[in-house]
Amino acid sequence: MNFWQSDFMFNAVPVVVLVLLAWAFLQSRKQPLWAEAFRRIGRNRLALVAFAVIGFYGAVALLDSFGWTDKESQSRVTLLDRAFSGLPQERTYSAPFASMTTGEPQPQKLKAPGRHPMGTDGVGNDVLYRTFKGARTAFIIGGLTSLISTPIALLMGMIAGYYGKWRDDIIQYVYTVLSSVPSILLLITLVLVLGRGLAQICIALGITRWVGLCRLARGETLKHRDREYVRGAKALGVSDFRLLTRHILPNMLPIVIISVTLGFSGLILSEAVLSYLGIGVDAEIGSWGNMIDAARDELAREPVIWWNLTAASVAMFILVLAFNVFGDALRDAIDPRLRS
Amino acid sequence: MAADNEPLLQVRNLRTYFKTPRGTAKAVDGVSFTLEKGKTLGIVGESGCGKSMTALSILQLVPEPAGYIEDGRILFEGRDLLDLTWEQMRSVRGKDIAMIFQEPMTSLNPVYTIGWQLRESMQIHGKDADAAEKRALDLLRRVGLSDPAQALRQYPHELSGGMRQRVMIAIALANQPKVLIADEPTTALDVTVQAQILALIRELQDETDMSVLLITHDLGIIAETADDVCVMYAGQVVESAPTRDLFRDPRHPYTKGLFASLPARNRRGQDLATLEGTVPEATKWPPACRFAPRCPFRWESCDTIVPQAKPPGSDRPVRCHLYDPEIPGRPDLAAAEREHLAGDVTADLAASAAARPKDAEVGR
Repeated sequence: MNFWQSDFMFNAVPVVVLVLLAWAFLQSRKQPLWAEAFRRIGRNRLALVAFAVIGFYGAVALLDSFGWTDKESQSRVTLLDRAFSGLPQERTYSAPFASMTTGEPQPQKLKAPGRHPMGTDGVGNDVLYRTFKGARTAFIIGGLTSLISTPIALLMGMIAGYYGKWRDDIIQYVYTVLSSVPSILLLITLVLVLGRGLAQICIALGITRWVGLCRLARGETLKHRDREYVRGAKALGVSDFRLLTRHILPNMLPIVIISVTLGFSGLILSEAVLSYLGIGVDAEIGSWGNMIDAARDELAREPVIWWNLTAASVAMFILVLAFNVFGDALRDAIDPRLRS
Repeated sequence: MAADNEPLLQVRNLRTYFKTPRGTAKAVDGVSFTLEKGKTLGIVGESGCGKSMTALSILQLVPEPAGYIEDGRILFEGRDLLDLTWEQMRSVRGKDIAMIFQEPMTSLNPVYTIGWQLRESMQIHGKDADAAEKRALDLLRRVGLSDPAQALRQYPHELSGGMRQRVMIAIALANQPKVLIADEPTTALDVTVQAQILALIRELQDETDMSVLLITHDLGIIAETADDVCVMYAGQVVESAPTRDLFRDPRHPYTKGLFASLPARNRRGQDLATLEGTVPEATKWPPACRFAPRCPFRWESCDTIVPQAKPPGSDRPVRCHLYDPEIPGRPDLAAAEREHLAGDVTADLAASAAARPKDAEVGR
């Protein structure tokens, strides 16, 4: 096992992410705009509930992100796995809180009767546990894709908006072409070319998803380019690069962050669509899309196996809703037009 | 390097055009002036006459992509700024020639503290962080902020308009520029604050011996601060003169009109004179004299022969046929003034305004 796949690296990644998030939060609190925005969100009860929900999912995803290799099975076991290790694997399907299996000609007694709040799936895994496993995948898809597409979108949009002329023409041409290809076809093609896997899907989604943000960044740059403070900075001899990165970018950051937050929920849904089409993440990795995909057959069975689909859909629905509510609250808190 | 007797900044025949859907707008069309070391040159004119574009052209900050400098020379210490590369020009901006703008409310970056912006202006021109930090405090103290240490940590929205303009001046002066271009520096401010800001600019000018190019529509400000004046109309300089001479004896009909529209003591109770009409659009200037359609002294030749600034090279060139001996059958100035009552009044008023320039402070 090489260094990159060691337990140390596995645990270092979430730590780095956490540290960066904390640092960004502390830095932004120094800015009057953000400090005021946090105050406003603090007064918005709905936004706080949404944030708590996101925080809960985040905590579950984190539990599934810390772990170490088990001596016996030689596979990495996360904190979440360990929390559920008391629950034995059943033979096959069982309804929520049931004590007997379902879908077998001769229902058998469960090893842990009444202790599966969302029932078990076809191979006897606890559905609640599988649903929790999906949170990490959702956050990776949303986060990694945003990390890939946001820099591309900002770079392209700012160059197009700031310099105009031929650079603008080229970039506009590229994203107009990209956005006129049906995105699901493009995604399928990219996944087939890049191969299956979490990282590949993030790259594919990133490539198709930067267009909207790029348009936004272009428009914002155009707007700020003609502002007096930019002209003032130019008159001081500030270079184009510095003007873009240190003057214009911080001024459009609020709108970018709102857009990325709202885009997050779209990405989680995209994962489900891809998995449903059978080109999503590996079935081994727990994901809501895979659970929904599996439920296609389950719904046709007699008796209907509904809990797998319901658990995944509800989990996804709540997280997506929370992100949308929080994104809207963030916009209300930051948008200068809504401030006095 | 420039010879000692050479003027600091010379603009020669500057032409700045804009491409618009309705044709080419000649916003600045053949402007020339000279700014001497340590002096203040006022550029005065109505909105839309091209005075701001002249200023932006000097720093090559004309809004792109519509605007461009078509022709001309901008000689700063003997070298033509229009020949410089983009990078060379960048080191001139803020270091040799600095500019302050009309809108102190929006000319500072809202997301950074005053201190950050002051330090940036020095650091991009090579000052190290510690020196910049120290000088930032000195500058804020010098421009008269009551609590400079506090202001360094404040954001623009926490300061009043007058304080922000003081900060703008501090930023502009951070690198001890040789020329300060002030584009309507007090227009957006309260009357009491205006006087303080003008006094501050004058003080700082005396201390550092820098030259000031003051752009304004306010003759009162010119009377108080400028050594020389260029009167601009429709993209051209129609008259230039030392300030005292201009106020004593305005020559161009447009200048006369400007003075006539000022309130004065000996006209109390009368209606203010106004200049009929408005500045024509920059895409369709009148063919010869651009002021002709509004001019009370209009003559046949005004629509056919383009007036030149005469006498050239003197300290009082005027772009008007009334002062050009080469125009055949030109109107006699005295007769023309007798003929037009408005002209008569204008002359009287101009004389009285010159005698007491302080009375001429309108709208301040």
